[in-house]
Amino acid sequence: MSDGFHLNISHDLAERIGRHGAEAFPHECCGALLGRDSAFDEAASADFRREVLELFPLVNRRDDSPRNRFAVTAEDVMEAEKAARQHGLHVVGWYHSHPDHPARPSQFDREHAWPWYSYIIVSVMSGEPAEMTSWRLNDDRQDYTPEGIEIRNRAAV
Amino acid sequence: MAVKVIIPTPLRVYAAKKDSAEVSARTVGEALGGLTAQFAELRKHLFTDDGKLRSFVNVYLNDEDIRYMAKEATPVKDGDVVSIVPSIAGGSAASNNEIVEG
Repeated sequence: MSDGFHLNISHDLAERIGRHGAEAFPHECCGALLGRDSAFDEAASADFRREVLELFPLVNRRDDSPRNRFAVTAEDVMEAEKAARQHGLHVVGWYHSHPDHPARPSQFDREHAWPWYSYIIVSVMSGEPAEMTSWRLNDDRQDYTPEGIEIRNRAAV
Repeated sequence: MAVKVIIPTPLRVYAAKKDSAEVSARTVGEALGGLTAQFAELRKHLFTDDGKLRSFVNVYLNDEDIRYMAKEATPVKDGDVVSIVPSIAGGSAASNNEIVEG
Protein backbone atom coordinates (compact mmCIF):
# COMPACT_ATOMS: atom_id res chain seq x y z
CA MET A 1 0.00 0.00 0.00
CA SER A 2 1.24 3.47 -0.78
CA ASP A 3 0.70 6.92 0.66
CA GLY A 4 -2.10 9.22 -0.37
CA PHE A 5 -4.98 7.43 1.35
CA HIS A 6 -8.33 9.10 0.93
CA LEU A 7 -11.61 8.39 2.61
CA ASN A 8 -14.85 9.70 1.27
CA ILE A 9 -17.78 10.26 3.60
CA SER A 10 -21.01 12.20 3.37
CA HIS A 11 -21.58 15.31 5.45
CA ASP A 12 -24.50 13.54 7.16
CA LEU A 13 -22.46 10.52 8.27
CA ALA A 14 -19.55 12.69 9.45
CA GLU A 15 -22.04 14.67 11.53
CA ARG A 16 -23.50 11.47 12.98
CA ILE A 17 -20.03 10.39 14.15
CA GLY A 18 -19.61 13.76 15.89
CA ARG A 19 -23.06 13.46 17.47
CA HIS A 20 -22.29 9.95 18.74
CA GLY A 21 -19.12 11.36 20.32
CA ALA A 22 -21.08 14.21 21.92
CA GLU A 23 -23.76 11.85 23.25
CA ALA A 24 -21.16 9.52 24.78
CA PHE A 25 -19.11 12.40 26.27
CA PRO A 26 -17.23 12.29 28.64
CA HIS A 27 -16.86 8.65 27.61
CA GLU A 28 -15.45 7.43 24.32
CA CYS A 29 -17.87 6.31 21.65
CA CYS A 30 -17.06 3.74 18.97
CA GLY A 31 -18.59 2.19 15.90
CA ALA A 32 -17.90 0.55 12.57
CA LEU A 33 -17.54 2.27 9.21
CA LEU A 34 -19.38 0.33 6.51
CA GLY A 35 -18.51 1.05 2.94
CA ARG A 36 -16.71 0.15 -0.22
CA ASP A 37 -13.09 -0.20 -1.09
CA SER A 38 -11.92 -0.45 -4.66
CA ALA A 39 -9.58 -3.29 -3.64
CA PHE A 40 -12.65 -5.51 -3.27
CA ASP A 41 -15.61 -3.78 -4.84
CA GLU A 42 -16.06 -3.45 -8.54
CA ALA A 43 -18.86 -1.02 -7.81
CA ALA A 44 -16.65 1.45 -5.95
CA SER A 45 -16.48 4.64 -7.91
CA ALA A 46 -13.30 5.12 -9.85
CA ASP A 47 -12.18 8.47 -8.48
CA PHE A 48 -11.53 7.38 -4.90
CA ARG A 49 -10.52 4.13 -3.38
CA ARG A 50 -12.63 4.04 -0.26
CA GLU A 51 -15.97 5.43 0.76
CA VAL A 52 -18.04 5.16 3.93
CA LEU A 53 -21.72 4.67 3.17
CA GLU A 54 -23.20 3.60 6.51
CA LEU A 55 -22.33 3.55 10.21
CA PHE A 56 -22.79 0.78 12.73
CA PRO A 57 -22.65 2.45 16.18
CA LEU A 58 -21.49 0.16 18.97
CA VAL A 59 -21.53 0.12 22.74
CA ASN A 60 -18.12 0.84 24.25
CA ARG A 61 -17.26 -2.39 26.12
CA ARG A 62 -14.60 -0.73 28.29
CA ASP A 63 -16.88 0.15 31.18
CA ASP A 64 -13.85 0.01 33.50
CA SER A 65 -12.10 2.91 31.71
CA PRO A 66 -14.56 4.44 29.24
CA ARG A 67 -13.08 7.97 29.23
CA ASN A 68 -9.79 6.99 27.60
CA ARG A 69 -10.39 3.54 26.15
CA PHE A 70 -12.78 1.82 23.83
CA ALA A 71 -13.13 -1.83 22.94
CA VAL A 72 -15.08 -3.73 20.32
CA THR A 73 -15.35 -7.46 20.94
CA ALA A 74 -14.98 -10.15 18.27
CA GLU A 75 -18.74 -10.74 18.57
CA ASP A 76 -19.37 -7.03 17.85
CA VAL A 77 -17.03 -7.24 14.87
CA MET A 78 -18.98 -10.22 13.51
CA GLU A 79 -22.26 -8.29 14.02
CA ALA A 80 -20.82 -5.30 12.17
CA GLU A 81 -19.67 -7.55 9.33
CA LYS A 82 -23.12 -9.11 9.13
CA ALA A 83 -24.70 -5.65 8.94
CA ALA A 84 -22.20 -4.69 6.23
CA ARG A 85 -23.02 -7.80 4.19
CA GLN A 86 -26.74 -7.00 4.42
CA HIS A 87 -25.99 -3.63 2.78
CA GLY A 88 -23.65 -5.24 0.24
CA LEU A 89 -20.74 -3.44 1.93
CA HIS A 90 -17.58 -4.22 3.90
CA VAL A 91 -16.40 -3.06 7.31
CA VAL A 92 -13.75 -0.63 6.04
CA GLY A 93 -12.81 0.85 9.40
CA TRP A 94 -13.77 2.07 12.83
CA TYR A 95 -14.47 5.38 14.50
CA HIS A 96 -13.98 6.47 18.07
CA SER A 97 -13.89 9.71 20.03
CA HIS A 98 -11.19 11.32 22.14
CA PRO A 99 -13.02 13.23 24.88
CA ASP A 100 -11.16 16.49 25.68
CA HIS A 101 -8.15 15.24 23.72
CA PRO A 102 -6.87 15.93 20.22
CA ALA A 103 -7.86 13.74 17.28
CA ARG A 104 -4.44 12.05 17.15
CA PRO A 105 -3.79 8.33 17.54
CA SER A 106 -2.33 7.37 20.90
CA GLN A 107 0.40 4.81 21.53
CA PHE A 108 -2.37 2.55 22.78
CA ASP A 109 -4.25 3.00 19.51
CA ARG A 110 -1.18 1.95 17.53
CA GLU A 111 -0.43 -1.14 19.58
CA HIS A 112 -3.96 -2.41 19.09
CA ALA A 113 -4.62 -1.38 15.52
CA TRP A 114 -5.10 -3.47 12.41
CA PRO A 115 -3.67 -2.58 9.04
CA TRP A 116 -5.92 -1.62 6.13
CA TYR A 117 -8.82 -0.35 8.27
CA SER A 118 -9.51 3.38 8.37
CA TYR A 119 -9.51 4.70 11.93
CA ILE A 120 -11.57 7.88 12.24
CA ILE A 121 -10.97 9.82 15.45
CA VAL A 122 -13.23 12.68 16.47
CA SER A 123 -12.08 15.01 19.20
CA VAL A 124 -14.93 16.03 21.52
CA MET A 125 -13.99 19.15 23.50
CA SER A 126 -16.22 20.00 26.49
CA GLY A 127 -18.98 17.91 24.94
CA GLU A 128 -18.85 19.50 21.46
CA PRO A 129 -17.53 17.62 18.40
CA ALA A 130 -14.33 19.25 17.15
CA GLU A 131 -11.64 18.07 14.73
CA MET A 132 -12.10 14.80 12.86
CA THR A 133 -9.15 12.90 11.41
CA SER A 134 -8.61 9.49 9.84
CA TRP A 135 -5.57 7.22 10.01
CA ARG A 136 -4.23 3.98 8.66
CA LEU A 137 -1.67 1.78 10.37
CA ASN A 138 1.48 1.34 8.30
CA ASP A 139 2.40 -2.12 7.06
CA ASP A 140 5.34 -2.22 9.48
CA ARG A 141 2.93 -1.52 12.40
CA GLN A 142 5.28 1.22 13.64
CA ASP A 143 3.24 4.30 12.83
CA TYR A 144 0.10 5.73 11.27
CA THR A 145 -0.33 7.50 7.99
CA PRO A 146 -2.92 10.28 8.01
CA GLU A 147 -5.77 9.64 5.61
CA GLY A 148 -7.46 12.59 3.93
CA ILE A 149 -11.18 12.83 4.67
CA GLU A 150 -13.24 14.16 1.83
CA ILE A 151 -16.66 15.21 3.05
CA ARG A 152 -19.30 15.36 0.37
CA ASN A 153 -22.85 16.52 0.56
CA ARG A 154 -23.91 13.19 -0.78
CA ALA A 155 -21.86 10.02 -0.97
CA ALA A 156 -21.48 8.84 -4.51
CA VAL A 157 -23.03 5.38 -4.66
CA MET B 1 -6.95 -32.83 7.43
CA ALA B 2 -8.18 -30.31 4.88
CA VAL B 3 -9.53 -27.24 6.65
CA LYS B 4 -10.64 -23.82 5.47
CA VAL B 5 -9.21 -20.71 7.10
CA ILE B 6 -11.29 -17.53 6.84
CA ILE B 7 -9.09 -14.45 6.41
CA PRO B 8 -10.47 -11.22 7.94
CA THR B 9 -11.06 -8.27 5.59
CA PRO B 10 -8.14 -6.10 6.83
CA LEU B 11 -5.65 -8.89 6.12
CA ARG B 12 -6.87 -9.89 2.66
CA VAL B 13 -4.52 -7.43 0.99
CA TYR B 14 -1.69 -9.60 2.38
CA ALA B 15 -3.30 -12.78 1.05
CA ALA B 16 -3.78 -12.03 -2.65
CA LYS B 17 -7.20 -10.53 -1.72
CA LYS B 18 -8.54 -13.99 -0.93
CA ASP B 19 -11.22 -14.33 1.77
CA SER B 20 -10.18 -17.87 2.66
CA ALA B 21 -7.49 -20.46 2.09
CA GLU B 22 -7.45 -24.26 2.17
CA VAL B 23 -4.73 -25.75 4.34
CA SER B 24 -3.77 -29.19 5.56
CA ALA B 25 -3.46 -29.37 9.35
CA ARG B 26 -3.99 -31.49 12.45
CA THR B 27 -4.48 -28.57 14.84
CA VAL B 28 -5.65 -24.97 14.74
CA GLY B 29 -2.03 -23.88 15.24
CA GLU B 30 -0.94 -25.90 12.21
CA ALA B 31 -3.77 -24.40 10.18
CA LEU B 32 -2.55 -20.88 11.03
CA GLY B 33 1.00 -21.98 10.28
CA GLY B 34 -0.16 -23.33 6.91
CA LEU B 35 -1.84 -20.00 6.17
CA THR B 36 1.25 -17.92 6.97
CA ALA B 37 3.37 -20.37 4.94
CA GLN B 38 1.17 -19.51 1.94
CA PHE B 39 1.08 -15.79 2.72
CA ALA B 40 4.18 -14.79 4.67
CA GLU B 41 3.08 -11.14 4.93
CA LEU B 42 0.24 -12.19 7.23
CA ARG B 43 2.58 -13.40 9.92
CA LYS B 44 3.45 -10.13 11.63
CA HIS B 45 -0.19 -9.12 11.81
CA LEU B 46 -1.27 -12.38 13.44
CA PHE B 47 1.70 -13.16 15.69
CA THR B 48 3.97 -11.13 17.98
CA ASP B 49 7.76 -11.22 17.47
CA ASP B 50 8.00 -14.13 19.92
CA GLY B 51 5.43 -16.14 17.99
CA LYS B 52 2.37 -15.70 20.20
CA LEU B 53 -1.02 -14.90 18.70
CA ARG B 54 -1.65 -11.17 19.09
CA SER B 55 -4.20 -10.42 21.79
CA PHE B 56 -6.63 -8.77 19.34
CA VAL B 57 -6.57 -11.76 17.02
CA ASN B 58 -9.44 -14.09 17.85
CA VAL B 59 -9.61 -17.56 16.39
CA TYR B 60 -12.75 -19.64 16.11
CA LEU B 61 -13.00 -23.30 15.17
CA ASN B 62 -16.38 -23.50 13.47
CA ASP B 63 -18.36 -21.35 15.97
CA GLU B 64 -16.23 -21.94 19.09
CA ASP B 65 -13.56 -19.56 20.39
CA ILE B 66 -10.38 -21.66 20.67
CA ARG B 67 -9.59 -19.92 24.00
CA TYR B 68 -12.33 -22.11 25.49
CA MET B 69 -10.91 -25.25 23.88
CA ALA B 70 -7.26 -26.32 23.68
CA LYS B 71 -6.24 -23.00 22.09
CA GLU B 72 -3.82 -23.52 19.21
CA ALA B 73 -3.46 -27.22 20.10
CA THR B 74 -7.19 -27.74 19.40
CA PRO B 75 -7.44 -30.65 16.93
CA VAL B 76 -9.20 -30.12 13.62
CA LYS B 77 -10.95 -32.54 11.31
CA ASP B 78 -11.68 -32.61 7.60
CA GLY B 79 -14.09 -29.87 6.56
CA ASP B 80 -13.59 -27.72 9.67
CA VAL B 81 -13.59 -23.95 9.30
CA VAL B 82 -11.06 -21.86 11.22
CA SER B 83 -12.04 -18.17 11.35
CA ILE B 84 -9.73 -15.32 12.26
CA VAL B 85 -11.81 -12.50 13.74
CA PRO B 86 -10.39 -9.12 14.78
CA SER B 87 -11.33 -7.32 17.94
CA ILE B 88 -10.75 -3.60 18.08
CA ALA B 89 -9.44 -1.34 20.83
CA GLY B 90 -7.91 2.05 21.28
CA GLY B 91 -8.31 5.26 23.14
CA SER B 92 -6.95 8.70 23.82
CA ALA B 93 -3.59 9.52 25.36
CA ALA B 94 -5.37 10.66 28.54
CA SER B 95 -3.79 8.91 31.49
CA ASN B 96 -5.99 7.39 34.14
CA ASN B 97 -4.51 9.91 36.58
CA GLU B 98 -6.00 12.86 34.71
CA ILE B 99 -9.39 11.25 34.68
CA VAL B 100 -11.45 11.93 37.76
CA GLU B 101 -14.93 10.55 37.54
CA GLY B 102 -17.80 12.85 38.51
